[in-house]
Amino acid sequence: MNKALAAAGACAVALAGCASMMYTPPTKEETLAVIKSSFKDRGIAKVDRLNQTELQLVCTETHNNPPKEVRERLEKAALATVKYPSDGKWLGDYKQGERVAQTGVGLQWNDKPGAPAGGNCYACHQLSKAEISFGNIGPSLYNYGKKRGNDKQTLRYTWAKIWNAHAFNACSSMPRFGDAGILTEAQIKDVMALLLDPASPVNQ
Amino acid sequence: MSTKLAVTHRRPLTMALAAAGLALAAAGAGAQSDDKTLREIERYREMLQDGNPAELLVMRGEELWKTKRGPKNASLEQCDLGLGPGVVKGAYAQLPRYFADADQVMDFEARLVHCMVTLQGFDRAAVTKSPFSGAGQRATDIEAITAYVVEQSRGMPIAVPQNHPKEKASFERGKYLFYMRAGPYDFACATCHGVDGQRIRLQDLPNFEKPEPAQRAFATWPAYRVSQGALRTMQWRVNDCFRQQRWPEPIFISQGTIDLITFLGVKANGGKMASPSIKR
Repeated sequence: MNKALAAAGACAVALAGCASMMYTPPTKEETLAVIKSSFKDRGIAKVDRLNQTELQLVCTETHNNPPKEVRERLEKAALATVKYPSDGKWLGDYKQGERVAQTGVGLQWNDKPGAPAGGNCYACHQLSKAEISFGNIGPSLYNYGKKRGNDKQTLRYTWAKIWNAHAFNACSSMPRFGDAGILTEAQIKDVMALLLDPASPVNQ
Repeated sequence: MSTKLAVTHRRPLTMALAAAGLALAAAGAGAQSDDKTLREIERYREMLQDGNPAELLVMRGEELWKTKRGPKNASLEQCDLGLGPGVVKGAYAQLPRYFADADQVMDFEARLVHCMVTLQGFDRAAVTKSPFSGAGQRATDIEAITAYVVEQSRGMPIAVPQNHPKEKASFERGKYLFYMRAGPYDFACATCHGVDGQRIRLQDLPNFEKPEPAQRAFATWPAYRVSQGALRTMQWRVNDCFRQQRWPEPIFISQGTIDLITFLGVKANGGKMASPSIKR
């Protein structure tokens, strides 16, 4: 504040060269124009990925802490995107689920179009005890099913959380595995089994 | 010649990697706490410090810097990296910064390209076409010269300036980009780099909102990446983060990448440069 006043004062005295030294913060439009001109299409990753959804924009500008009424509205909208299993079967094969959890490929510019993506669950979560290379951005999911059981409510909640985590925390860091089309319904069933099947290594 | 040397140098490192991998696995089997795992990772990192193939690139980079090259048959010795023409010592630690001759904030790599074009007469498009080497390939000229120049800032305090209005604007845009969530995974830089003590798998993620982890991260790039057998620059680091963020590809030395590096550098001010470092 004082510095700015001093600078303005100096400008009033020595008119020449001052315009270039005055600082005005870039507007949001200027900032976004610079950002968008700094990226290019590569492979499947096109520049239109920089066009933000309302949720992405709100979470950007509030640093993931939107006001209560906005948060609740976004969560409600996210919950409405969830498509529950079409055949009423919730659990697939936990062994396939472990593969999905271990694999991190998908939707990067070096990934082949149409190749199946992974869930990369271990990047952020502990799951089975045997895998010691796990991240900690999300909570540990070890014994997830053992602790929660697999009644209808747990099945629905877990499915929805994987499909669109923003339904329960508007600015969650977790990708929308179903809503964004990262995993198929069959893959989500396999991850569900990894979490909830009593025979899964997660529940040993 | 340097390629050959790099290969013979790399072998013991691969062995060290395997040995440390075993130590990690052994630690993991019995380890109940994260602490023990982290101590083993730290031990592995220390083992890596013994020999850094980047030293060979520093030598090649120095030769490239001092040799007359390009259509104008000039060396880079008159390149102004911000501390005056020809001053290399400490220059990297004070970049990105505003350059009046280009009327733009530039990071080291942008400034290097500027000098290669204006002093040596190289074609800008040709120079920037493939700035990063492939895994195990011979380092590009940009990578080698970067290794040489950053070595001349070793031990010096990071002091990315915020004086000129364009330096301040660069920081502000970089900050917006750091927090910007986009793409099919909704990731921002801040998703991984805005919280203390976070890891992806076993990889630590520096929190750029705190000085100490920001300094440690910024000070150790560029780095020789053992797993890729290559010297990786800050522009590469930013590029590969965006790949994993599922964003489109950042254009090499574009204003957006420079702004992000300005933001990271200012957050790291006061740290001591320790680069080229060596990483897994």
